[in-house]
Amino acid sequence: MRYNINKASWNLKIGAIVGLLFLHIPLLLIILYAFTTEDKSYQFPPPGYTLKWFKIVLGREDIWQAVGLSLRIAIISTLMAIILGTLAAAALFKKNFFGKESITLLIILPIALPGIITGISLRSAYSVAGIPFSTLTIIIGHATFCMVVVYNNVVARLRRTSPNLVQASMDLGANSFQTFYFVILPNLGSAILAGGMLAFALSFDEVIVTTFTAGQQTTLPIWMLNELIRPRQRPITNVVAVFIICITFIPILYASYMTRNTSDAQDSLK
Amino acid sequence: MTNAIELLGISKSYGSVQALNNIHLTINDGEFFSLLGPSGSGKTTCLKIIAGFEGSQEGHVKLFNEDVTLVPPYKRDLNTVFQDYALFPHMSVRSNIGYSLRIKKVNLEEQNKRIDEILETVKLIGYDLRKPSELSGGQRQRVALARSLINKPKVLLLDEPLGALDLKLREQMQIELKNLQRKFNITFIYVTHDQQEALSMSDRIAVFNNGRVEQIDTPHNIYNKPKTSFVADFIGITTIFPKEDASQFNITKSFSIRPEFISIQSSSSSSSKDFKIKAKVTDIQYQGSFNKIIFESSFRNSLSVFQNTNNNENISYKIDQEYILEFDKKDITLLDD
Amino acid sequence: MINFIVNISDYFYRNKNFLFLLFLLPPLSWLGIIYLGSLLTFLSHSFFSLDGFTGKINYTFTLNTIFELFNSRANFDILIRTVGLALTVTFGSALIGFPIAYYMAKFTSPKVKIFFYIAIMLPLWSSYLVRVYSWKLILAKEGIINWFFGKLHLTWLLDKILSIPYIGGPSLSISYIGMFLVFTYIWLPFMILPIHASLERVPNSLINASLDLGASKRQTFYKVILPLALPGIAAGSIFTFSLTLGDYIIPYIIGTSKFFIGQAVYTHQGTAGNIPLAAAFSLVPIIVMIFYIKTAKKLGAFDAL
Repeated sequence: MRYNINKASWNLKIGAIVGLLFLHIPLLLIILYAFTTEDKSYQFPPPGYTLKWFKIVLGREDIWQAVGLSLRIAIISTLMAIILGTLAAAALFKKNFFGKESITLLIILPIALPGIITGISLRSAYSVAGIPFSTLTIIIGHATFCMVVVYNNVVARLRRTSPNLVQASMDLGANSFQTFYFVILPNLGSAILAGGMLAFALSFDEVIVTTFTAGQQTTLPIWMLNELIRPRQRPITNVVAVFIICITFIPILYASYMTRNTSDAQDSLK
Repeated sequence: MTNAIELLGISKSYGSVQALNNIHLTINDGEFFSLLGPSGSGKTTCLKIIAGFEGSQEGHVKLFNEDVTLVPPYKRDLNTVFQDYALFPHMSVRSNIGYSLRIKKVNLEEQNKRIDEILETVKLIGYDLRKPSELSGGQRQRVALARSLINKPKVLLLDEPLGALDLKLREQMQIELKNLQRKFNITFIYVTHDQQEALSMSDRIAVFNNGRVEQIDTPHNIYNKPKTSFVADFIGITTIFPKEDASQFNITKSFSIRPEFISIQSSSSSSSKDFKIKAKVTDIQYQGSFNKIIFESSFRNSLSVFQNTNNNENISYKIDQEYILEFDKKDITLLDD
Repeated sequence: MINFIVNISDYFYRNKNFLFLLFLLPPLSWLGIIYLGSLLTFLSHSFFSLDGFTGKINYTFTLNTIFELFNSRANFDILIRTVGLALTVTFGSALIGFPIAYYMAKFTSPKVKIFFYIAIMLPLWSSYLVRVYSWKLILAKEGIINWFFGKLHLTWLLDKILSIPYIGGPSLSISYIGMFLVFTYIWLPFMILPIHASLERVPNSLINASLDLGASKRQTFYKVILPLALPGIAAGSIFTFSLTLGDYIIPYIIGTSKFFIGQAVYTHQGTAGNIPLAAAFSLVPIIVMIFYIKTAKKLGAFDAL
């Protein structure tokens, strides 16, 4: 409902607008810089505008390899996170038992603890177990912290779904598997997909855990981090940044679009 | 007469909470049977055990003399109408209603024929392609009914099905439900906390309290011959005299008296009623066709008396004034405790 | 075959716990063995020590490594500096985030609210690195802030601010104030969302009641709205505080040569090879967070999540 008795004061309006600008101007600036002709510094305002950096990036083999690796990792980790997160949600959403809080905490822990702790822990575990770094070692790390996103989405949906739906289905003659296929899956589908989208965005962008579990491989965020530490190819980095913005915006917008009618939009993006 | 449902010594507890305590019930085929009680009394748990959604820790459930205690709900020949209707939100009205036929792989032609038939019965023709979210409460209720009736189950369980409807619609649906039951000639097991609903619709009622059945009887007997003070108090308006007070009337058990059996006298006139009590008016509540007058006396409970408002010889009572209340011994109900 | 499936289904019906275990086992063993196993192994190193001569880990129980955190002046400074920064960032985010959350919760139509919602979600979920990178552009010597101050002929003011100890630094892009700005920017959405959630739960009738009872708008804000938003602020601060405690990339890129906890962990496990000290440093944010969360819980933070 709209709170109409008193309109927002000008102070509040200005505060809200300034806050929003603070959140968005930096991203807009990156897009502006992608077209600058200046390639030695971050000069503002740009002395001129050009499209040539996009063309150069298109031809950069190393960047596309990094993109490919990141996509591969994000897709596989997302799939694993979907399976593990959905199972955990199905097991935990209703039943109360001793130790439930600890298990819930365990699911949240990988994203709640600083990434560096998760990263170093996995790294030392790999070295103790004698596992050489590979794409798989990265994926294991990513699936661990992506699980919670799917879990949150699915649990939110399960809580809003009447438990009677499952009972109604069985009451009408459907066994457990038929109930799963005809009732549970269609109801959870969009929540799982939304959770998966966010897990994808999370994985595609992750750099800290990746740093510790990647060995010699370069994912797109690692490439980006190297450029941040030692900027050598500023205009190229600008274009890659714009590319990353685009590729993460799509799943986020899609996830919020899918959950737009249900009130779990709020939970789904947490 | 065949037994549709038998519950033999059902007990169920959630942790330390005893939800059902040694329940014995026999429900006849074709009966309209109500489980009546306040919330948390165990009536819904009892229904869920009959449907098979929940197991019991002790006891057996029999469906037409066959033990179904361990049989899953999808193999029990009964259907349920849920309190929140539990319509599948992702399916149209048509798919909701036809769900059980689809599960049973009935051929499409037959499916459509039966869906159309039942749509007509519940007066929902033309709504079949809508989603449940596009229907009103009353329409959803009909969809839920149609969905459970399409299989012609031998027993239909209804979990407070009218709870979400407004008063007008509820009264109308009460009549329709009775008609449906007669038409399909099936056993209805009806859970409600609304005593009026239970009294007006049922053949027999089981009154639940704290996980126990207090009384199983016809509506007439439940109202007029309550066995326990809980039943007397829960059904209708009544005044209960506990054992300690009852002794002053030379009665050894506690008893109850309905307001319609009490008459009010302005002074101790020469009436022939058995019992007389001096009491003071504390409140007068206008109820439309009658006034409910609350009295206070030297006894523990306040007494309610009805006064017809359309009576010509209407006396206007005054708050704080004393009157004599009278009733006969034959009109009281003795209670077990 | 169909019979077989129905039999399994019946089995699940009769043994609900079996199905529950079947669901729980894969995620639980994944997290329990792979994640918790390696986490505890690593953290347990804080009770071991590094042999200074051989550079190898000495696996006998000792508390010396943990004492080293507090005995060494440099290490202790790192702890204080990090917690100080985390608190400042939390305060800053609450200050900037509150007006947005308040406006969004109480003064928007549903459509505008969705717009706000997406406007906060997009930066939250878009790339962390890209957003840090954007501030490198902004804070650079030739970047927009310096340009802006130059246009206003206020460069002297900026220099003055940068010369204040504990706030400034050699240049904007290597300074405490720069770090504060970047951290606040990055974690701001985490603060806005819980505040919004808690404010949305404040019924308008409550605000009207306060106005009706004679309180001015300002009094209503301080006596009614702000106290009820407190759980939201507490919940948001859990994020901003903990995320700042553990981050090492922003101090690495924007910070001065003074270390923060994250960097200390990074260097000790990496170049120095001192896993025990790295583990001991890692314990700090975990323990601080446990206490922080306990306090926040008392303020009702978990009801606002």
